[in-house]
Amino acid sequence: MPVDDNRFEVNKLSDVLVLMEGIEKTFPGVHALRNCKFELRSGEVHALVGENGAGKSTLMKILAGVYSKDAGRIIYKGKEVEIANTKAAQDLGISIIFQEFNLIPHLTVAQNIFIGREPRKGIRFILNEKEINEKTQQLLNMMNVDIDPRSKVSELTVAMQQMVEIAKALSLNSEVLIMDEPTAALTESEIEELFRIIGDLKKKGVGIIYISHRLEELGVISDRITVMRDGEYIDTVATKDVTTDQIIKMMVGREIYVTSEANSESSKNEVVLEVKNLNRGKAIRDVSFKLRKGEILGFAGLMGAGRTEVARAIFGADPIDSGEVYINGNKVNIKQPIDAVKHGIGYLSEDRKQFGLMLDLDVEVNTVIASLKNYSKFGWINKNKTRRDANKWIETLKIKTPNLEQKVKNLSGGNQQKVVLGKWLTRDCNILIFDEPTRGIDVGAKSEIYKLMNKLAAEGKSIIMISSELPEILRMSHRVIVMCEGRITGELSYEEATQERIMEYATRRLK
Amino acid sequence: MGNKGAKGRSLIRSDATQKIMAFGSLIVLIIVFSLSSPNFFKFSNIVSIVLSTAVNGVLAVGVTFVIITGGIDLSIGTTMTFASVIAGVLISFWKLPVILGVLGGLATGVLVGLISGTVISKMKLPPFIATLGMMMITKGLSLVISGTKPIYFNDAKVYSKIAMGSVLGKIIPGFDIPNAVVIFLLMSVVASLILTKTSLGRYNFALGSNEEATRLSGINVDKWKIAIYSLSGLFCGIAGILMSSRLNSAQPALGQGYELEAIAAVVIGGTSLSGGEGTILGTVIGAFIMSVLTNGLRILSVKQEWQTVVIGIVVIFAVYADSLRRRKK
Ligand SMILES: Nc1ncnc2c1ncn2[C@@H]1O[C@H](COP(=O)(O)OP(=O)(O)OP(=O)(O)O)[C@@H](O)[C@H]1O
Ligand SMILES: [Mg+2]
Repeated sequence: MPVDDNRFEVNKLSDVLVLMEGIEKTFPGVHALRNCKFELRSGEVHALVGENGAGKSTLMKILAGVYSKDAGRIIYKGKEVEIANTKAAQDLGISIIFQEFNLIPHLTVAQNIFIGREPRKGIRFILNEKEINEKTQQLLNMMNVDIDPRSKVSELTVAMQQMVEIAKALSLNSEVLIMDEPTAALTESEIEELFRIIGDLKKKGVGIIYISHRLEELGVISDRITVMRDGEYIDTVATKDVTTDQIIKMMVGREIYVTSEANSESSKNEVVLEVKNLNRGKAIRDVSFKLRKGEILGFAGLMGAGRTEVARAIFGADPIDSGEVYINGNKVNIKQPIDAVKHGIGYLSEDRKQFGLMLDLDVEVNTVIASLKNYSKFGWINKNKTRRDANKWIETLKIKTPNLEQKVKNLSGGNQQKVVLGKWLTRDCNILIFDEPTRGIDVGAKSEIYKLMNKLAAEGKSIIMISSELPEILRMSHRVIVMCEGRITGELSYEEATQERIMEYATRRLK
Repeated sequence: MGNKGAKGRSLIRSDATQKIMAFGSLIVLIIVFSLSSPNFFKFSNIVSIVLSTAVNGVLAVGVTFVIITGGIDLSIGTTMTFASVIAGVLISFWKLPVILGVLGGLATGVLVGLISGTVISKMKLPPFIATLGMMMITKGLSLVISGTKPIYFNDAKVYSKIAMGSVLGKIIPGFDIPNAVVIFLLMSVVASLILTKTSLGRYNFALGSNEEATRLSGINVDKWKIAIYSLSGLFCGIAGILMSSRLNSAQPALGQGYELEAIAAVVIGGTSLSGGEGTILGTVIGAFIMSVLTNGLRILSVKQEWQTVVIGIVVIFAVYADSLRRRKK
């Protein structure tokens, strides 16, 4: 893999911070980890890669004290340790940024960052609110992010929440920092910021474990790469010694097909959805566009550009100030999601945990819930049919689950995303809005999803795809709309779209 | 992100709206009743309203903590009675000094809360079930211990002074506000400080908002849950002392039904039953709305049966208005 030469090189002899050996973990029905090992040196960025469900998060949760291991040992700075809970890990100097967000929605940003170690004043029980707000402000300034420490986490976008998670982990001043897919929800500029922060931490000798499905990042950021497959350790290699293709091959154990060309033949088809002069406060300003039959329309832009807001407004999830929506030429009045669904619109939200899944219910229920009507007569559900279709999606999307009865919260992050996808695909909508559809999904499954999207488009379904991954936008979209600060700043055809042009429009701010 | 300032402001606004709305309805009620009856806005009647708010108010303030965790405590009414019966036994049967009796009553409340909290966090029982059981247990124990008969405090004259005397009247002559009222307001202030300024308050909100995330932040969730139920128990103890002092007797058959009135006050005050949100001031206002309504309707000679109907409608309407406000946000 071509590595970035300017970065700080790790001293080959630098101390081993963490050594995990012979780690075993079994969940009911799943042998998640088999004899796994992992080594982290101080001052290195060690990438951990593998397909969805390979066991990456599980291994790291064991190191962070969330799960207990069934067997094996952890050696931390030369001494064997038992890490009983997250507090114990924090005390040792190990902190983790979870793949699934673990912020407390009703508390403010500052309160979240300092939870469990609030500075006190006067008698021991009184919290010092001012101090945490100031400290948080400093921290966020250092990270170059513009978030008010006093705003409630529930009001932040996913990307902002991710930055808060990162700030929280940084504020712990740990020696080992585990980042489980930190960039999945971020856009290019925040990722750059994150990489800058990681560079600083390396210089201080912090050891960083970096989990990501964006393999192109590894060359930029990592020193070594450990590959896992099906709960097993495969190999650890120096980043500069391998190519991306070799890594993929180690991950999936076979070659995979990654090219699929988008075609823009849809440009003459009839318009199925037209949005005129949509407005909502400052978030959406005068947005108008058309979506054609069989088209994949990409929405690009930076974090907070208003893409998700537009999607939610069309879907009836948020009220609008003004604007009109036409479906097949007829004006429609969508006030709530149910109206949208009746008009054949499906929305796959970017925040699967909050809006997309019923975490405590099983895989089968989650896949068919949005279209239960098709599976029931007089309210009686046809179990055979739901099973058949749920199984079909498990196969098509390669959802890794021991059985249909597994609770969705027990699936790996990427597999949860696939379940949400399956849920909307069972509904048979004519217009599908995909908000970050491949967030946290591994390379193999990604190409499956791309194939599926192309197939849907070929069948005459229309797709709006919001994505922060430019390669994905460029590869999949027949046409690209770029947004910035709530406005549409540009539209590019498949032929016109390039990374540079999209970025240019995406940063075209009003003075 | 550019509208960060606007976001901050809208937050403040919506919080303020909630308080203004609740407070506004209280004022409207007071004005309506004052206009409809000359007897309503008299000092003596106001004092009697506040006095009748005290017991329900103290219970409601206590259970606010529990409700913010996303839990519920159905045992608060009967725990209150149980605490007063224990105080009665200590003072009237065992002839212990009043102060020990009072402490015994308070300790009883804390103990019951401690047990509920432990059952909920360690045995992982849903709060509804655990405290339903506790409600029956404390109700039964009160009857057993007292022999199903009221315990009078006739030998300890000071006991009735706890609630009905007026320390304030001694300090400021003419300002004869009963102690019960002062204790209620004082406890509300203390509770409000605990909820907003201390770690217990912070973890209280955190628990109700996302228990798993709180646990993963390295916080001993079980410990804090137990502390919160115990605190609610302490407030039951205080309510028990106030109640029995006011009646000059511990009435073992009383108590059931108080929990629902207290929960109604909490909910009218804008605390979310799903946890993570709520204020003590809201609860206090909610408790006042309940007693102003009862008192006003009585003064207008609305029949008791109908008073209950009206209050029921108010509870539904108040919660609906609150959910509308939340949805807008
Ligand atoms: N709490 C749990 N209960 C049961 N099974 C679990 C639990 N957590 C994880 N698993 C299972 O363990 C396996 C490994 O999951 P893990 O989350 O570690 O995968 P991952 O490599 O992080 O995948 P992804 O890239 O999708 O995040 C999966 O098959 C998953 O379903
Ligand atoms: Mg994972």
